[in-house]
Amino acid sequence: MRAARVIPCLDVDAGRVVKGVNFVDIRDAGDPVELAARYDAQGADEVVFLDITASSDRRDTTVAMARAVADEVFIPFTIGGGIRTLDDARRLLRAGADKVSINTAALRRPELVREISREFGAQCCVVAADARSSTDAPSGYEVFTHGGRTRTGVDCLEWVREAERLGAGEILLTSMDRDGTKEGFELNLTSMVANAVGIPVIASGGVGNPDHLVDGVIEGKADAVLAASIFHYGEHTIAEAKSRMAEAGIAVRPA
Amino acid sequence: MTDRPLVAILDYGIGNLHSAQKGFEHVGADARLTADRGLIADAAGVVLPGVGAFAPCMAALGRTGLDQAAVEAVRSGRPFMGICVGMQVLFAGSEEAPGASGLGVFERMVRWIPGPVKRPQMQWNVLHRHRDHPMLEGLDDPAWVYFVHSLAPEAGEGDDLVATCDYGGPVVAAVARHNVWAAQFHPEKSSRVGLRILANFVDAARAAGAAAG
Repeated sequence: MRAARVIPCLDVDAGRVVKGVNFVDIRDAGDPVELAARYDAQGADEVVFLDITASSDRRDTTVAMARAVADEVFIPFTIGGGIRTLDDARRLLRAGADKVSINTAALRRPELVREISREFGAQCCVVAADARSSTDAPSGYEVFTHGGRTRTGVDCLEWVREAERLGAGEILLTSMDRDGTKEGFELNLTSMVANAVGIPVIASGGVGNPDHLVDGVIEGKADAVLAASIFHYGEHTIAEAKSRMAEAGIAVRPA
Repeated sequence: MTDRPLVAILDYGIGNLHSAQKGFEHVGADARLTADRGLIADAAGVVLPGVGAFAPCMAALGRTGLDQAAVEAVRSGRPFMGICVGMQVLFAGSEEAPGASGLGVFERMVRWIPGPVKRPQMQWNVLHRHRDHPMLEGLDDPAWVYFVHSLAPEAGEGDDLVATCDYGGPVVAAVARHNVWAAQFHPEKSSRVGLRILANFVDAARAAGAAAG
């Protein structure tokens, strides 16, 4: 059976969750441990933390956060954002993160993918590709860095295939055109990438309701779907999302 | 009587053992990451974790001498658990690493999951029970657990098979023989179901410790 994963994504700054999360009875809306534990209890399959800490000297807080989450949360979690070197990845993985997600650093120096994969295994090496439609790119999509602001001139399809060759275990694919729009995943992009690689693809960017998650799996061929605001702001629970997916015939682990 | 039985998690420098330690602590063990042969010999239960690839795990076990400690722990009759690649190295060898020998506790080989499914299997999947075993006691039905792997042991003819999952066909998920339990999935990452499996192991370790006096 191929079961789709539902993954909430939390933004963290200096070890604290930002853009708050509205759970009932939450004690501390900024506590990554409490929030991840809540998502575990709700039936989330994994959690992704996106580190938006601006200054690299505060990254120790992210390592401490990984350790605190690993102490108390028993589902897989990924940390992405700001990982520049093998040593950055090593510290997070040793602290208890299951996977690290790399983006800008992998485009700057693709060997980093190989190094992380070789030392820790492909399963913990996620390559995040932020794609935007571009008439210059052969596939119609180009990868961007710095939150979608900086062009790389690299074709998205070529890049994900290269990432797989280098040893990535998974692709976290975000449509920068859709991110924040709540219009749903960019399904052409998602299915194109999912069909092009033999490793799992997490679809991201644009989710506004549970039907979008269904579309991401069925039309987009994604192995996992990631969303932030629809879960954080209490618009939909993980359970609602999963029951909608199950109704549509997608195998999911029940919440 | 040991309330918090000592569970030795073999620390041979591979991967993230933090979650395994915290998982066992969470369900009532005095869980230690260790390479200390004395401590391992004293433990009520011994856990062999492993991530990544077969050959580096075997090489690291050899370098640290923990291959022998693992085999001795298996022979001692105390509860022993292999997890993920820590399960695979209990077998004779792996297609992933031709020429590298495993510990040979189970005689069969570890093989690539046959295509055309994606490798690794990186997802939650349902355990299909082949027989009752203390490992599976008290689990939700269906029991969903988290897998991350590209290879799995052959099912073989043996009666040691405990559970499979369906991933393009049946894939061995858990085996057990005498005191040895082995899981291809990650109980320490499998939420409530996984913690129950760890608790079942701790119960077995506690009982064995009590019996040993």
